[in-house]
Amino acid sequence: MGRLDEREAMEILDQLRKRSLWMLHYCTACGAVELPPTMTSRYDMERFGIVPFVTSRQADILLVTGYINIKTLRRIVTVYEQMLDPKYVVGFGSCTINGGIYWDSYAVAKRLDLYLPVDLYIAGCMPRPEAVISAFRHLMRLIDEGKADGYRRYKDNYDWFKANQKKVLGE
Amino acid sequence: MVTNILMIIFTPIIAFFIGVIFVGLKRKIIARIQRRYGPPVVQPLLDIIKLLAKKENISHGVMFDLGPVILLGAVIMTVQFLPTPNAPLLSNYGDLIALIYISVVGALGMALGAGEASNPNASIGVAKALSLMFSYELPFAIVVATIILRYQSTNINIIIHGQSYLHWGLFFLPITTIAGFISIYGAMGEHPFDVAVAPQEIATGPMVEYGGKHLGFLMIDHMMHTYIELALFVNLFMGGASNWFFFIAKMFGVYFVMTVIETVMPRFKMENAIKYFMRWPTILALIGLLTVYIGG
Repeated sequence: MGRLDEREAMEILDQLRKRSLWMLHYCTACGAVELPPTMTSRYDMERFGIVPFVTSRQADILLVTGYINIKTLRRIVTVYEQMLDPKYVVGFGSCTINGGIYWDSYAVAKRLDLYLPVDLYIAGCMPRPEAVISAFRHLMRLIDEGKADGYRRYKDNYDWFKANQKKVLGE
Repeated sequence: MVTNILMIIFTPIIAFFIGVIFVGLKRKIIARIQRRYGPPVVQPLLDIIKLLAKKENISHGVMFDLGPVILLGAVIMTVQFLPTPNAPLLSNYGDLIALIYISVVGALGMALGAGEASNPNASIGVAKALSLMFSYELPFAIVVATIILRYQSTNINIIIHGQSYLHWGLFFLPITTIAGFISIYGAMGEHPFDVAVAPQEIATGPMVEYGGKHLGFLMIDHMMHTYIELALFVNLFMGGASNWFFFIAKMFGVYFVMTVIETVMPRFKMENAIKYFMRWPTILALIGLLTVYIGG
């Protein structure tokens, strides 16, 4: 019996990891109303092992809902960097993809992808709870296939992400 | 003798798995009461494996790392002083009073560990947890005094022996049992007494800076703590058990009642929780003590 190398161990652990995802929902703007029905009796997110948590240290998924102000972007980056590997970012709503209806606003960061490594987008304004559940199922599939590697991309392209953040935040 | 030594080694592991199954069933029961499907029964085990398999860990100092370890040590030690159906473990060498002392050590370790994180939520949570502990230990101390007076011994094995043939404390000391149930329920830290970890107010209190492997250890501690409180109740008020099947069945019966109470209750405010413990269980425990003192 040979020793498991790291890749095989990760594959086995990913099988278990995808069944226990703790979510930190960072409700910056809108979208907070769509999540309670997803968590509670009507759609019951807990049957997939997804539970809402309140601190960044304990969470696995960072759910960024709605548009991102320049002011809140700084907090989102702080929260993301406080989370522990492996961690996943889910962009929720059209505004995280291209700014949505705030496409010409000076105070909104349009593309979340430039600042944080997004594993999955949920399109829509607003996405229904069915879409949220479907997205989490898709994220579980991505984790299973080893394609949800946002935390690795963030480390590999750290300078690029930091430069983008600095351009907007102006530090 | 050999059985006893083997059981001293294996009982913490058995306690952990009993805790996992019970907490998993609790989440399922809560889901069914709320008309949901609920997570699988092994969900707590999956959570623990995921937390222990985290790739990163953040430490805030030596005491921060030692906090969960002290808690785990205290919990394993407390398990050794609770007799199981087929082995007395160490319960002949330490009595009920020693048990109460040891069960406090874990909370102090937790307080020291969480204090080093220097997060304001952690400090508030620790203060709340310790204040709540003082308030539920008061009725529990009176309950323990009543039991010692009733059975004329501090040895848990003798107390269990005194309750054999359905002479349970539940039937013979009903008022004391209610007071003991409320104090042990407070020690479980569930609704409505989860003021220390209130996620919506102080972001899980003492655990706010704990993540990854630290939190995995804290969850292991929680599973064994569940076993301890239930085994203590079964041993003191339901006459222990002659085999593991009845032992687990009795513990699950108590836990089911607790789960139903937990599901329908909101959360107390801090001062209301302390006032509640200082008033109702304490009055009931005093009445029980008086009954035993006069009636014998």
